[in-house]
Amino acid sequence: MLTVLLLIVLICGSTGGEIAITQGAKRTGEPKRLRPREVLTFLGRAVSNGWFWLGIPLMAASFFALLILFSWHPLSFVIPISALSYVVGALGAKYILKEEVNTARWVGVILVCAGVALVATG
Amino acid sequence: MANEKRLRIKTLIMVLAMVVCAVVGDLMLKRGMSAAGAVQFTPAGLTHALGLMLTSAMIWLGICFLLGFMATQMTVMSWADYSYVMPAGAFGYALQTFLAVVVLHETVSAKRWIGVLLICVGVTLVGQTKPRTTAAESSVPEKVAESC
Repeated sequence: MLTVLLLIVLICGSTGGEIAITQGAKRTGEPKRLRPREVLTFLGRAVSNGWFWLGIPLMAASFFALLILFSWHPLSFVIPISALSYVVGALGAKYILKEEVNTARWVGVILVCAGVALVATG
Repeated sequence: MANEKRLRIKTLIMVLAMVVCAVVGDLMLKRGMSAAGAVQFTPAGLTHALGLMLTSAMIWLGICFLLGFMATQMTVMSWADYSYVMPAGAFGYALQTFLAVVVLHETVSAKRWIGVLLICVGVTLVGQTKPRTTAAESSVPEKVAESC
């Protein structure tokens, strides 16, 4: 039961954290040009955004869940299940970030998810 | 059309930089930690390991690359879709496998090669879609933003 709970924290924490940071980066607005000074200014504004500070604890919770799971279960169990975060991330992108996730993108995400599971257990 | 091509190229360059930073950073941390030896889970062992970590140039370099990964990821997310960047970032697994074979001369199982193939096909499929499907929230006037 605790393992299931930690897997939920692992998957939802990492995708939730990345989605929050994406939201923060989008709200900050893209840098005018990809010059070091302008990118640094963008990063400075992005880290002062509330979404960034919502994302960091979520990602930290996910990281600690991963460490605990590694101490309880083999890598070949944890990594393939954590690869589900690609699917959960695509769902979050569609319903939270309102991105257009078409069939090609869904198929790509599922192939990547299966590929990561195979690489991790191979 | 030209703008979309420019956006695609800009996104691919940043995703590539993101993947390279993550792979090199992980590799350096792994080398730095291996040089420090197995960490003992006792107060003295942890203090000793922390001291070695803080004085290891390899670990600091690894941390710099991982900060570079975070910076490139945040930058690319400011204009590109999360559902575009996230699977494309998995190309790092394929790159790690190629490096393991070419640089470290490791033997890679057929199962892992099939995984790499699936990742490459998946990333190619995602790469064919539009990098941005939502409206840009840039505070910068559109004409200025497009000129970069």
